[in-house]
Amino acid sequence: MSFLNLKSVEKSFGQHRAIKGLDLTIEKGEFIVFVGPSGCGKSTLLRLIAGLENLDTGEIHLDGKDISKLPSAKRDLAMVFQSYALYPHMSVFDNMSFALKLAGVDKAVIREKVERAAKILNLEPYLERTPRALSGGQRQRVAIGRAIVRAPKVFLFDEPLSNLDAALRGQTRVEIHKLHRELGATTIYVTHDQVEAMTLADRVVVLREGLIEQVGSPLELYDHPANQFVAQFIGTPSMNIVPVQSSDSVTGAIGMVAPTSGFFGIRPEGIRVLPAGAGQFQGRVELIEALGADTLIYIDALGTSLVARQNERTALEPGNAVGIELDSRFIHIFDRDGKVVAAPQ
Amino acid sequence: MKGLFEVESKFPLANEYTNAMSRVLPRVLLAPAVVTLFLWMIVPLVMTIYFSVVSYNLMQPGEHEFIGLENIEYFVTDPDFWPAIVNTLVLLGSVIAITVVLGVGLALLVNEPFPGRGIVRVLLISPFFVMATVNALLWKHMMMNPIYGVLAQVWIFFGQQPVDWLTYHPLLAVIIMVAWQWLPFACLIFITSLQSLDREQMEAARMDGANALQRFSYLVLPHLGRAIAVVIMIEMIFLMSVFAEIFTTTGGGPGNDSTNVAFLIFKQALMNFDVGVASAGALFAVVLANIAAIFLIRMIGKNLD
Amino acid sequence: MHEKLPLIIRSIAAWAAALLVFFPLGWLVLTAFKTELQAISVPPLLTFPPTLENFSLVQERSDYLLYAKNSLITSLVSTLLGLAIAAPAAYSMAFFKTKRTRDILMWMLSTKMMPAVGALLPVYVLAQSAGMLDSLTALVIVFTLSNLPIMVWMLYSSFKEIPKEILEAAQMDGANVWTEFRNVVLPLSIGGFASTALLCLVMSWNEAFWSLNLTAAKAGTLAALIASYSSPEGLFWAKLSAASLMAIAPIVVFGWFSQKQLVQGLTFGAVK
Repeated sequence: MSFLNLKSVEKSFGQHRAIKGLDLTIEKGEFIVFVGPSGCGKSTLLRLIAGLENLDTGEIHLDGKDISKLPSAKRDLAMVFQSYALYPHMSVFDNMSFALKLAGVDKAVIREKVERAAKILNLEPYLERTPRALSGGQRQRVAIGRAIVRAPKVFLFDEPLSNLDAALRGQTRVEIHKLHRELGATTIYVTHDQVEAMTLADRVVVLREGLIEQVGSPLELYDHPANQFVAQFIGTPSMNIVPVQSSDSVTGAIGMVAPTSGFFGIRPEGIRVLPAGAGQFQGRVELIEALGADTLIYIDALGTSLVARQNERTALEPGNAVGIELDSRFIHIFDRDGKVVAAPQ
Repeated sequence: MKGLFEVESKFPLANEYTNAMSRVLPRVLLAPAVVTLFLWMIVPLVMTIYFSVVSYNLMQPGEHEFIGLENIEYFVTDPDFWPAIVNTLVLLGSVIAITVVLGVGLALLVNEPFPGRGIVRVLLISPFFVMATVNALLWKHMMMNPIYGVLAQVWIFFGQQPVDWLTYHPLLAVIIMVAWQWLPFACLIFITSLQSLDREQMEAARMDGANALQRFSYLVLPHLGRAIAVVIMIEMIFLMSVFAEIFTTTGGGPGNDSTNVAFLIFKQALMNFDVGVASAGALFAVVLANIAAIFLIRMIGKNLD
Repeated sequence: MHEKLPLIIRSIAAWAAALLVFFPLGWLVLTAFKTELQAISVPPLLTFPPTLENFSLVQERSDYLLYAKNSLITSLVSTLLGLAIAAPAAYSMAFFKTKRTRDILMWMLSTKMMPAVGALLPVYVLAQSAGMLDSLTALVIVFTLSNLPIMVWMLYSSFKEIPKEILEAAQMDGANVWTEFRNVVLPLSIGGFASTALLCLVMSWNEAFWSLNLTAAKAGTLAALIASYSSPEGLFWAKLSAASLMAIAPIVVFGWFSQKQLVQGLTFGAVK
């Protein structure tokens, strides 16, 4: 029995159809990430679940109850906003206890719950401060603390790390992950950053233009993308895509049957760079990016620009001629509309 | 009309009431303000139109004979009418010119920091908060009195004959009073506007070789353009009703030298007790004001989200 | 653009301009503490032993306190009344925005642009027939109506400044309309209420047009009192200055604190 259930959900803003009719089920305790490019509807979907927007059609069921028409206040959900949305005139303690106070919970119980959450988030020294006196990272933790204290049925996160600087982002991401392990709460997390998606999620929901492209665990999406969009969205650098015709010499060379005019894709780690003359195809180095642990080699081949990734350093330089070999274990084939036709097992 | 108050955008509070409440509550909250302002707009207007087409004298309250456009004719052919129009325009034009030019100058002067800037600003804006009658009498007596007034003393100091402002230059006297009062307003607006001037744009212009005058003409003045337009329009609307200063000092005179349209209407109404004629005049003034208002509203509307 | 001008020149110019502009007011303050003879002395006196006699003389001559009381009452009551009517309207427009909200707001502002003289006669006639000439009630009503558009506008602006997400957070925390208002909106808009009230007080206190036309001996405000010094008998400059000083001092000081709100309110936000 699923915990959170979305059925035929649709939402339009005037002429713009933000969510075009989607279904989704989420199990209890799962960490779900909504990911997708700007404008795909992920935040809208989150806000529909939160009750901050009204559904046009469809239903949402939470723990067996139909919450589609309930106001946010009654849905037993907690949200961590991108800008934290802390109450500027209240202390950290009051921020975190506000919901409980409204619910008429006993003062002693409130104190205990807030202090417990503060301890988990290292906020104890700041309980009497106001948000003005806190750093960005601290404010973010208060926002999370505000949600934890309520022990809601589902936690909703709306791009919580976007406003942090890079170093803090990585650190906080790990903390959120640990928090989820500790609390085991059902969580929906919205982000445009696919690294966050890959590292935090139990399952990832990839959205585009109001529709779900694919749902699956991070590695499932990585290894078996259902279409070209997901294949190129997940993974950095993105999968190399090469347009092909069935009569191409390319298809012959890679030994796979391709549809009449489509694409094939291969991840950077699936391309082996060999000395010129060797391998299946020939090309020329455009650019080298030496990242230390990885080296990315941009090659002009097969009529397009490809990226190859390897663990070893390279002595190659831009302009060098090279040969490339495609590892058939990593080749995906897409038809003209981008749907996957064949993929590695 | 039913859809008029349909809550259409998903602003936070609206979420709670997805049914009847969401239609009732906003209307109830808006009602007092809308109703009172509506009455305030309509009732005087209707009454004024009515009065302007009847013969009504406060001394003979019982008789209201319909006389059509006679009142308007009478108002317009009043020998004081055209002088009043001219005076109003002169007053308007002079005060606007003085406040805008000096206002821009002062705002530029005060824009960059210097010791005591806070106090200077306070000194500069003070005249605006002085009530009109104090303003009027301050100038009439302490400043402009031809024997004991400060201006007279200054004139004497320079070996000149003091000027009896109120007798020989009544309109100018009123202009000085009103301009003194509104200069701070213009100044404040321009100071506010200057603060939003893009520093980086100025620096880029500097590096492109523009000198101070060029930077002023090409960057500062256009930026101020909007503020200047707003000041002009607001002053046009409020200055048309200049009354207290004239009432307290010159009484519109000598003769009609310092009578403006507002004072003329007042004279007809509460000195001649001719409500009909005064109302005709009032309609006239309202039309003038509306013209200016339309432009101002459009400009504000652009600013509103 | 004037960064090049040496600081000294600019400072001197700015101070000179400020002192020149402020001079008449400064002179008023000085004269209030002179005797009548000192006030009309030729050449004008800059130093003199100050006296407080004028302040009590003013009260004797024309019951200053009565007029002050009238000013105070009309300003306060019209401000409070205005807030009571404007606040719900502003709240509704800020948080229950509809397609017509913008038009309604514009319309409200446009009523402020009607010249007072246009309403003079109807109001006078109405007041006369209701027996409310020379009454504080009439003044309060007219003041409230005159200031209402600006109050709605200013409160609307301050409500709009509350970030939407904070209100959404309150909703998620379980707040209904009332608790949201009490715990979040009100504390965060107190500043807006204060400056709106301040501006309204200033405008009502200084209001001269209606005071001069609708009142006589009983309900006159300070503006009318000062007007009575237009051409009295005998020497009166010092007394006039004292009366004026008392009438304007609180407002001028208020005004120093409400500069920013003034710009906002009086230009209807057209200048940022």
